[in-house]
Amino acid sequence: MKMDKFKPIIGLEVHVELKTKAKMFCGCSADYFGKKPNTHTCPVCLGLPGALPVPNKKAIEWCIMIGLALNCKINNFSKFDRKNYFYPDLPRGYQISQYEEPFCKNGYVILNETDDIKKRVRIRRVHMEEDTAKLMHQFGIQNKIQNDEGYSLIDFNRSGVPLVEIVTEPDFEDALDVVEYLKKLQQIVRYLGVSDADMEKGNMRLEPNISLLELKTQNSKLKTELPKYKVEVKNINSFRFVEKAIEYEIKRQGEILNGGKTPVQETRGWDEDKQKTISQRVKEEAWDYRYFPEPDIPPIRLSESQISNLKSQMPELPDTKLARFIKEYGLSNNHSEVLTRDKKMADFFEEAVKIGKKHKLSAKQIANHVINKKINLDVVLAADVISWIIEELNFSDIEDEILGKTIRIVLEKNQKAVADYKSGKVQVIGFLLGKVKQQFPKADVNQIRTTLEKHLK
Amino acid sequence: MKLNELTIKEAEDGLRSKKFSSVELTIACLEQIKKYNKELNVFITITEKEALYAAKKADKQLNNGTIEQWNNSPLLGIPIALKDLFSTKGIKTTAASKVLRDYIPPYDATVVKKLKDAGAVIIGKTNHDAWGHGGSGENSDFGQTKNPWNQEYVPGGSSSGSGASVAADMCLAATGTDTGGSSRLPAAFCNVVGFKPTYGRVSRYGIISMASSLDSIGHLTKTVEDSALILNITAGQDVHDATTSNEKFQDYAKNLKNGVRGIKIARPKEYFTQGLDIQIKRLTEDALKKYEMLGAEIIDVSLPHTEYANPCYYIIQPAEVSSNLAKYDGIRYGFPRENFGDEAKRRIMLGTYILSAGYYDTYYKKAMQVRTLIKQDFDKAFEKVDAIITPVSPTPPWKLGEKINDPLKMYLSDIFTVTANLAGIPGLSVPMGFVNELPVGMQILGPQFSEGLLFQIGHAYEQISEWYKRKPKL
Repeated sequence: MKMDKFKPIIGLEVHVELKTKAKMFCGCSADYFGKKPNTHTCPVCLGLPGALPVPNKKAIEWCIMIGLALNCKINNFSKFDRKNYFYPDLPRGYQISQYEEPFCKNGYVILNETDDIKKRVRIRRVHMEEDTAKLMHQFGIQNKIQNDEGYSLIDFNRSGVPLVEIVTEPDFEDALDVVEYLKKLQQIVRYLGVSDADMEKGNMRLEPNISLLELKTQNSKLKTELPKYKVEVKNINSFRFVEKAIEYEIKRQGEILNGGKTPVQETRGWDEDKQKTISQRVKEEAWDYRYFPEPDIPPIRLSESQISNLKSQMPELPDTKLARFIKEYGLSNNHSEVLTRDKKMADFFEEAVKIGKKHKLSAKQIANHVINKKINLDVVLAADVISWIIEELNFSDIEDEILGKTIRIVLEKNQKAVADYKSGKVQVIGFLLGKVKQQFPKADVNQIRTTLEKHLK
Repeated sequence: MKLNELTIKEAEDGLRSKKFSSVELTIACLEQIKKYNKELNVFITITEKEALYAAKKADKQLNNGTIEQWNNSPLLGIPIALKDLFSTKGIKTTAASKVLRDYIPPYDATVVKKLKDAGAVIIGKTNHDAWGHGGSGENSDFGQTKNPWNQEYVPGGSSSGSGASVAADMCLAATGTDTGGSSRLPAAFCNVVGFKPTYGRVSRYGIISMASSLDSIGHLTKTVEDSALILNITAGQDVHDATTSNEKFQDYAKNLKNGVRGIKIARPKEYFTQGLDIQIKRLTEDALKKYEMLGAEIIDVSLPHTEYANPCYYIIQPAEVSSNLAKYDGIRYGFPRENFGDEAKRRIMLGTYILSAGYYDTYYKKAMQVRTLIKQDFDKAFEKVDAIITPVSPTPPWKLGEKINDPLKMYLSDIFTVTANLAGIPGLSVPMGFVNELPVGMQILGPQFSEGLLFQIGHAYEQISEWYKRKPKL
């Protein structure tokens, strides 16, 4: 099959759930995951008669921060709109979203395809909306008794949780770029501390739209011309599935086009069991959302000083940090990338550098140790790492205090081995000894063994 | 004089000087309700048990309370009725629609909470046009309310039960909503005082929405002074309603007796032309003459976009209605959409059409632009005058059933009242006399947040005309 005569045109819509304390339009807790159904509700998020939405200031600020991090222009005048449609998970019969005047628009993200080749993905808009309730169908079907029509249950704990929707221009050409963009986006919202962006909990939901452009068309006409159809794949909750869905669609649509036909404009879903996308809704049947300005919420005006104030509250972002690590610490691109992937790791490293300075340790030495030893940030302090490095360099006896602490950490992490030892399998001490010795490769094994035995008693 | 015939002011004095108790006052109201509710169909729900409980509690406070406590509870022991659009915790709130016939809210509307906190005794929930849709009360799914002045006539709507309950002395005051005149029109047709605040002055939280950008939360009382006393309680910013204003206010009754000397009152020519009943016109001119006599200056002004107000209103309002009623989709509240009455269905269809892709710009957006022009008409007028006086309705009350098959004719009864909702300004409807033994009213309109001035102007006329002293023969 001749696939090279088509160029994939891919755009992306991503929904990110914010981790604000309260929901978007009421005071209910937004922390719904794993909570007893319908316990985080009030008249507002249940959409009861007469209840009115009051926007969450923090959520709006965070939405704007995401926009700023994606190099967007922030609108000085924004408003909410009603998106009208019927669905049992939508208690008001409309979703409060933003249509005409989103908080942020016209941004971009730079992807590093290789160290030298960079790709610019344009961000069309970043806007604020609310999540829907959650439908649970399984109970009704399982409990269905004869002559009963069956039923579904609705959990409103998620209803009204703040969602930020980030829409790109159709600037992607392959699945790998999409995944890189998604990882970058996930990293940015985590850096900002506005969302856990946990895919499994549904904090981040992905909707690629894919179409293929015939290259001959591209050459003879304006480059901006897009294919006449678009296939959306809805609500994917894994980077891996997005990759597979896009690859599947490119193949599927290519086959249709090769057969001289045009793929149907439609919404599809990814079926992981069948490893393919499945048609859900043909676009001709699409709803008219009858958008109009939300009369219950006055328009929001943002001054330049308010915007710059928000900007000043933002932490250093991954790209800037990466560049700074290379420049300031003289680290390799690779090491800087590893250290800045996660903000917690970057902060840990910088703290260790600060302490290391007093002991005349270089940033490079510290980076090597932190990366090679795969330090567990949950149990180790930056100061511990410095002590380990010093011990390693000194070849001498280990200070009792640091040895003791290291052993405690190892025992804590290997409780099964400890239990085995205590139940009589004393040979397991070799394993534990090895673990401790990893931190002190040049130290006296007998000293470690004696101290370890003391701790195991 | 029977206790239920008292005004709030009179009842307050009586309660505090212990001439009678709140229980006695409440029983007097309940007895009046029992006597006449069957024929007038004023109440959807009578909360006798809750009312007596609240009255007893009020009496305890009245007996033991200090002046300070009384000042904190200005409506202590006063029986008040609520339009059935106001959510009441634990008490059925139907919106006068069969869709919500069994709905019991788990929370109180902000205004209800404020009234209760002020010591008011909630005596029942009044009938009205379902969802607030109508000018006659005939669109209620629970039967029409009749005008206490003549039971063959409409009491005005949509707050029909609230108008009739105050006129028939079943309570001392009643709440109303006003999206296009729904508090002012029934007040005029029942010879009581009807009030619509500035948009954003009174919280809408918990009051079943009709058209969110137009809905104003008002009330109906026997006198202008009582109207000011209620607003003292209901006004103010609400954390639950993002459209409420933080504009400060003083005691609305403070300047009540200051008279109208030197005040400039406008007579807008567009409200005195075609379609205006000749007798209403004469009564309005008489009222303006009285104001002149009292020292006010009457100035002719023009509000040139008035003729577009009604068409503009009947675009924006159904559009918002169609969205606000979407939640009654049959999944919750127990009753499917077939339970909507004809008028609600009409507005849902109109509004859905108006908002659909391709028509939004032609209709909704255009109407919003016209709305701005109407608001500017008022802004310009208020540069020259302090207030505007017009009739409330172009016609006196009509016979029940007369317009029920002609929605357009029915919509025209709103023609003088919708302008205030489009512009977001306050309006006060004050009794202005009788046409063929049926009451009619005038409305006083002022700039945003000029409520105090409206009460001052209304009170001056009320004190010399004394229409409020006339009572219907039941």
